[in-house]
Amino acid sequence: MEQKPNLNYIKELSGDDIEFEMKFISVLKEEIPLERKEYQKAIDANKFKETAEIVHKLKHKLNILSLTEDYKLAVLYEEDLKKGDDKLKDKFLTILEKIDTYTKKI
Amino acid sequence: MDCIIVDDEATARAIVEQLCSKISNLNVLDSFSNAMEAIKFLNQNTVDVIFLDIHMPGFTGIDFVQTLKNPPLIVLTTSDTNFAIQAYEYEHIVDYLLKPITQDRFEKSIIKVKKALEKNLNKTKESIVSQTTLNSDEDIYINIDRRLIKLKLDEILIVEAKGDYIDVKTIKKTYRVHNTLKSIKEKLPDSIFLQIHRSFIINFTKIIDIEDNSVLIEKNVIPISRSNRPELMRRLNLL
Repeated sequence: MEQKPNLNYIKELSGDDIEFEMKFISVLKEEIPLERKEYQKAIDANKFKETAEIVHKLKHKLNILSLTEDYKLAVLYEEDLKKGDDKLKDKFLTILEKIDTYTKKI
Repeated sequence: MDCIIVDDEATARAIVEQLCSKISNLNVLDSFSNAMEAIKFLNQNTVDVIFLDIHMPGFTGIDFVQTLKNPPLIVLTTSDTNFAIQAYEYEHIVDYLLKPITQDRFEKSIIKVKKALEKNLNKTKESIVSQTTLNSDEDIYINIDRRLIKLKLDEILIVEAKGDYIDVKTIKKTYRVHNTLKSIKEKLPDSIFLQIHRSFIINFTKIIDIEDNSVLIEKNVIPISRSNRPELMRRLNLL
């Protein structure tokens, strides 16, 4: 079953600190599209090592959004990319689209 | 406690800042998106602990640790467990936090940091105490007939081996002590004492003159052995 992103971790971290929660969401909304753009540029240029670096950063966001299964796939993808293998590219793209859509809504 | 945060991800920095804000007496002095900026900051500021992302493009956390001359305590933050073993090779690294970091885990890490700081503080205190002992070590006690007699190091002129005994000659008197030259040599500071012969240690600040293979101290002529002569000459302020 497909996991859905949520803000549980962020809410736990914030406690009652609404100001932090808002600030954090805004940082997340700003950073994810930037990293996605970087990712696309690197993968389109077949720069696998560089792509792996960006996947490394993006996979942390998957954890923040409680997407533990997607995180596991990102770990494998990062390792594959280091070896020059991008077979998980499409699956990872689906994940990126999912978090992109979610962060636009929050 | 003062800390800085080094992480190329803005979200990760925001998380650690928030975790720090919940710990009393933990001040975040600054946050950096790259290691070079942090190094510049550390060249001019002192911190107790760095929360450091180990995986940064171009300059890893390990590179960063190796660059610092006197690194403060370091808590690594990462999404990988792969670096853990390598990380613990460095004594300044006190913990390793896996992202996303929870408050509970972070608090445990702070306890480790506090313990490590305490340990370092004790080491510093011990070092100061030992330094003080050394500096104030201007006397030596010699055991004569179950009486401990205090001698000022500066008053000792010569120590001469006499079989199972040593003669400690001072300006006023000579004391015969049941001890070895080797043993007293270990107690006397190198800064003013030197063994110049297998049977003699001298206070070289008391030398009146040196002639051929002997030195004159008060009215005592002490032989210099060939092997000890270079060291004696090295210690003297020759014109």
